Amino acid sequence: MPKIIKNGCVIDDTAQILVLDEGQAPEALNLPEGPVFIPLAVWQAHKNTLAGRAGLGVWLDSHESVEDLAEDLDSIGAVALNFPKFTDGRAYSGAALLRTRYGFKGEIRAIGDVMRDQFFFMQRCGFDVLQPKAGKYTDTQLEAALASFKDFSSPYQAAVDEASPLFRRAQRAA
Amino acid sequence: MYRYDPYDQQIVDERVAQFRDQTRRYLAGELTDDEFRPLRLQNGLYVQRHAPMLRVAVPYGLMSSTQARTLAALARKYDKGYVHVSTRQNIQYNWPAIKDVPEMLAELAQVEMHAIQTSGACIRSITSDPFAGVIADEVIDPRPWTEILRQWSTLHPEFAFLPRKFKFAVNGALNDRAVIQCHDIGLDLRRNAAGEIGFRVLVGGGLGRTPIIGEEISAFVPWQHILTYCEAILRVYNLHGRRDNLYKARIKILVKALGIEEFRRQVEEEWAHSKDGPRTLTEAEVARVSAYFTSPAYAELPATDAGLEAQRAANPAFNAWMKRNVLAHKVPGYAIVIVSLKNPSVAPGDITSDQFDLVADLADRYSFGELRTTHEQNMVLADVRQSDLFALWEVLRANGLATPTFGLLTDIISCPGGDFCALANAKSIPIALAIQARFDDLDYLHDLGDLELNISGCMNSCGHHHVGHIGILGVDKNGEEWYQVSLGGSQGNQTSLGKVIGRSFAAADVPDVISKIVDVFVAQRTAGERFIETVRRIGLDPFKLGVYGAAAPERK
Repeated sequence: MPKIIKNGCVIDDTAQILVLDEGQAPEALNLPEGPVFIPLAVWQAHKNTLAGRAGLGVWLDSHESVEDLAEDLDSIGAVALNFPKFTDGRAYSGAALLRTRYGFKGEIRAIGDVMRDQFFFMQRCGFDVLQPKAGKYTDTQLEAALASFKDFSSPYQAAVDEASPLFRRAQRAA
Repeated sequence: MYRYDPYDQQIVDERVAQFRDQTRRYLAGELTDDEFRPLRLQNGLYVQRHAPMLRVAVPYGLMSSTQARTLAALARKYDKGYVHVSTRQNIQYNWPAIKDVPEMLAELAQVEMHAIQTSGACIRSITSDPFAGVIADEVIDPRPWTEILRQWSTLHPEFAFLPRKFKFAVNGALNDRAVIQCHDIGLDLRRNAAGEIGFRVLVGGGLGRTPIIGEEISAFVPWQHILTYCEAILRVYNLHGRRDNLYKARIKILVKALGIEEFRRQVEEEWAHSKDGPRTLTEAEVARVSAYFTSPAYAELPATDAGLEAQRAANPAFNAWMKRNVLAHKVPGYAIVIVSLKNPSVAPGDITSDQFDLVADLADRYSFGELRTTHEQNMVLADVRQSDLFALWEVLRANGLATPTFGLLTDIISCPGGDFCALANAKSIPIALAIQARFDDLDYLHDLGDLELNISGCMNSCGHHHVGHIGILGVDKNGEEWYQVSLGGSQGNQTSLGKVIGRSFAAADVPDVISKIVDVFVAQRTAGERFIETVRRIGLDPFKLGVYGAAAPERK
């Protein structure tokens, strides 16, 4: 079963990430049972029937804009943002926008090329579930990877996890 | 200068620990080359032609003598006993072993230094005026602001994986010495009519494959808002900058594609959400950081030292050095000294550990224990008493650090080029050395006056050839190294990009070509006219004629 990291713990997860096959139209809907993340295009084609469905999430690829989901966030429990390569950093801004601009309180999941070396930044930008690719890490490695959340104790910047920059939250004597 | 408080120190220490573990996982095979690459780059570690290269950040080019001695000691312990000053004021080691780098970073952390974000697709270490705080034309000291920006940009969680590298430069003087027009963001400190401090913000400048001069996105961003404003620029770029083509991924391409008005509109819309929020800079923070950059305890001295004129008159070599390598200081009786790293027998910008230690000692003795690096790849002792200049010069000269050519033809900016860099198409250093050997007559060089010659070994333009009065670019033609020459580039307030004069040349011909260009200048200049002024006045044609002859072939 796929492993995810949620609230700083490694847990099993059953959610499927539905990917459209090449040439498959988003209108052709065949949702599996249970928790599922559907592509943005599928959501947009079927939101009237899918809104509020339990266990439903929408995933966005890195070139897709979270703005396109802004009006729908009340009827979606979870949003997943894909990292096609871990060096594609658009989803950091996407997650930050979902939290701060659109006030999204549900799950924001990092999927795709998710490495432990990004955990700290992902957490800071508002991701609360991290899903490295299946087979990326052994169970032992994944447990060890939790240490990456604590790479830095007091970062300089404000971010989603901390609204104040260091210069406002700490008394720094000259 | 700025000193770390426990927060700064903890961040750097934690970074060392993080990278130590990443290196361990890489060497253990848990991280692939592709996975490790961006991680090591963001810690300044390249894998080069012959060996790794480690680039250590010298924020805005300022360091203490203690830091200098540590840098020198690291070169002895882990490298070949010398370092290289880069065109971003940083210090590079050309021969470290990957396994040693975590330890090098740990030793650097002990003297409040690091290699964070000296490479990679992130906000790079920020450059500024090497004469900050001591030059008469300064309006606002850029150092506190640059330090504030350094902290804001260090490990920024949203902008660690941008489409491409992102470079800031900050100027606070009437005359820009930080090349702000050729940076992704160029900041120009100024006061508005009410006397309040703020920034003129330029965006989308850069050299590289597609050289572009930055455009003004805002005439005045009040200081309180500079971090949120820059954050808005970075967010628009992070979301919309091209990621499909490495060569079109810099912010300049996005700004050109959208047009400055539309780009500005998007930035302002983004900024409206964060402006006046908790990320707004506070007076207390500016005061805290500024307190580190107060003037040292200058003595009250006469404006001109009595003995200096006699020393100059008695010693022509000293006089030549005074003319070129010593600049006026804003405080009476003091001077700014360029420590030349352009000894013609050494690669531009290289300095041995022994020399580096010596400069540190001289900084302690003559310049309040601080030294600086410049983007022209020299060093600076910024606060020297005029009465100490002769003694300082004697020591510098005895150690190969007093080449009196600051701002002259042989004060060449050069990237490491094909001798070291894996990206280079051609060697740079041998070209620089050949030109320096050709123009070894100091009187002639002084007569030619201000003339900036910059060499890059490839289109990435680390040697800033686009803004050299004479620019030389190494190109690859069917596996051979050729050199393209451009004229009319310039840094500073009147920044301009050079134009290629025609077909390129073999390495052996480059000194002759430069001679011919200089001959045209000498024949055409009016009294007191600088090289760049002559080029601007007469255009490229006379130079083409001088170089290629009457049948000047078109560029191929």
